[in-house]
Amino acid sequence: MDNIASSKKKLALVNAIWWVIISIIHSLVLTGFNLTEAQAIVDSFLSNILLAGATILITNNMRYYLPRREKYWYVLTISISVSAIWLLITRLLLGFIFRSDDHYIMILSRSLSIRFAVAFLMVGCMAMISLLWFTQEEQKMMEARKNEAEQLTRDAELFKLRQQLQPHFLFNSLNSISALTGSNPEKARHMIEQLSDFLRGTLRKDEHQWSTLEEELQYVQLYLDIEKVRFGHRLQTAIASDEASLKMKLPSMLLQPVVENAIKFGLYDTIGEVNISINAKVEKSYLEVTVQNPYDAETAQPLQGTGFGLASIQRRLFLLFARHDLLQTKRENGYFFTAIIIPQIF
Amino acid sequence: MMKAIIIDDEPLARSMVKEYLQNYPDIEIVTECNDGFEGVKAIQQYQPDVIFLDIQMPKINGFEMLELIDDPPAVIFTTAYEEYAIKAFETHAADYLLKPFSKERFDKAIQKVIHHQKNVPEKTQAVLQTASQSLQQNHRIVVKDGGKIKIIPVVQIHYLEAADDYVKIITADGTFLKKKTMNFFEESLPQQQFIRVHRSYIINAQLITRIDPYEKEGHLILLSTGARLPVSKAGYAKMKDVLGI
Repeated sequence: MDNIASSKKKLALVNAIWWVIISIIHSLVLTGFNLTEAQAIVDSFLSNILLAGATILITNNMRYYLPRREKYWYVLTISISVSAIWLLITRLLLGFIFRSDDHYIMILSRSLSIRFAVAFLMVGCMAMISLLWFTQEEQKMMEARKNEAEQLTRDAELFKLRQQLQPHFLFNSLNSISALTGSNPEKARHMIEQLSDFLRGTLRKDEHQWSTLEEELQYVQLYLDIEKVRFGHRLQTAIASDEASLKMKLPSMLLQPVVENAIKFGLYDTIGEVNISINAKVEKSYLEVTVQNPYDAETAQPLQGTGFGLASIQRRLFLLFARHDLLQTKRENGYFFTAIIIPQIF
Repeated sequence: MMKAIIIDDEPLARSMVKEYLQNYPDIEIVTECNDGFEGVKAIQQYQPDVIFLDIQMPKINGFEMLELIDDPPAVIFTTAYEEYAIKAFETHAADYLLKPFSKERFDKAIQKVIHHQKNVPEKTQAVLQTASQSLQQNHRIVVKDGGKIKIIPVVQIHYLEAADDYVKIITADGTFLKKKTMNFFEESLPQQQFIRVHRSYIINAQLITRIDPYEKEGHLILLSTGARLPVSKAGYAKMKDVLGI
């Protein structure tokens, strides 16, 4: 706000200086026509005060009413009529003040056309400048609104992407608990605790929030532990991270869907023992987390091109960092590797 | 005495069904299966009266597994997925249990099977019909190839040819048979890619290389694989419509 106030003051000052210069030139020109100094100054002062008033009137008018159609005709018409009214008033006032001086009256009458021309130019320029200025202001406001709307859409999209927690995971886990209550109540209770912690984590996460890798890995571990209860006989997991990477930050709930995806293709869709590993390391100013899972070449084939359902993660990374190269995948020896690269922007 | 098989990829889910079945001395669990492949084998071997079947399983899902069985037994689906048209199943004798399910709900399902046992196979067929139609995203077809099970991604299909009660599926890997109708495939395959150009042929539109006039009002199509197939008058109109020519 201070900025706007000071720039307004500056504008007023520039405006005032401008009018003083115009007035001086005006009076100098008039002294060339054999008028007394007093006459020249009064004439110049009166004319230019009125003219300045007219331009301010036009500018203010434009501030509240911006013509939409035929704007150039509008500028022309308003300039001609304001200049004409101004000419009439100055003519009457000056004619009244110096009514006893025939020489002055004659000069005044003869200079009417040139006075009108100058006034028309001034008013016209001012009207034109105001028109452009306020149109631009309006556009800026529209732009700001548009940006805000886009931001909102983006927030909503992020929210939706994050909310895609698979409900079948929840129901299958509940089913496992139900099975355990009969055979192994202790284990059932333990799994209820794990599931509660996991769900609490999901609810608590805020999409704008960044967490340390340590927090995110704890959360992922919880998820994997639950899956181990369901598939314990065939799921092995390994999480490795170097000390430095644990303190690095990443958007919360970004790693989780990558791991869910690895489970989906590596565990739900394969037969036999399965190894899923997560590796985190620091590369220059980036945090790089790689998730490795086996996949079934035969059943995964029809899914080629959809990139193993990682499109939404890629989208989220793009929304956050405006980069397309932060999610990388490769296939090697029956394993699928997903790497997410997080710039450390603090 | 009834024979039952439990097919589910989660051991705890299987143990749950086993526990609930303890109250039924007349129902014997002959075996348990981890996935659909094992399921197909076990059903052929034991000819069970009823199976408890999970839908989401590795390799092939429960519906695909059922398609591979000629005389399917009564089926009680046990799944966490609600989206497979539950309404449709409620009208049939075979039941659909949403995990986790209660003992009472399980008992009800068993009662249904016991009381309707005689006409259950037809009902299962009806269920399957509904299921395949509700599975809108048919990305693949599962067929039996000798003793093996083959998964064919639909993009790999060259064309389909009618053959009595079966449909021949021609792919780069060879020709496979599936006991379905041409109408079924015409409806379930992606409409933009597969066109029924003739009463007996559905072609993969991406493989069309040439269309020539043939005899009076017919056409002959050449696929990039070298196959030449007839196009009927109606088929030609449909093809023009889909391809936008």
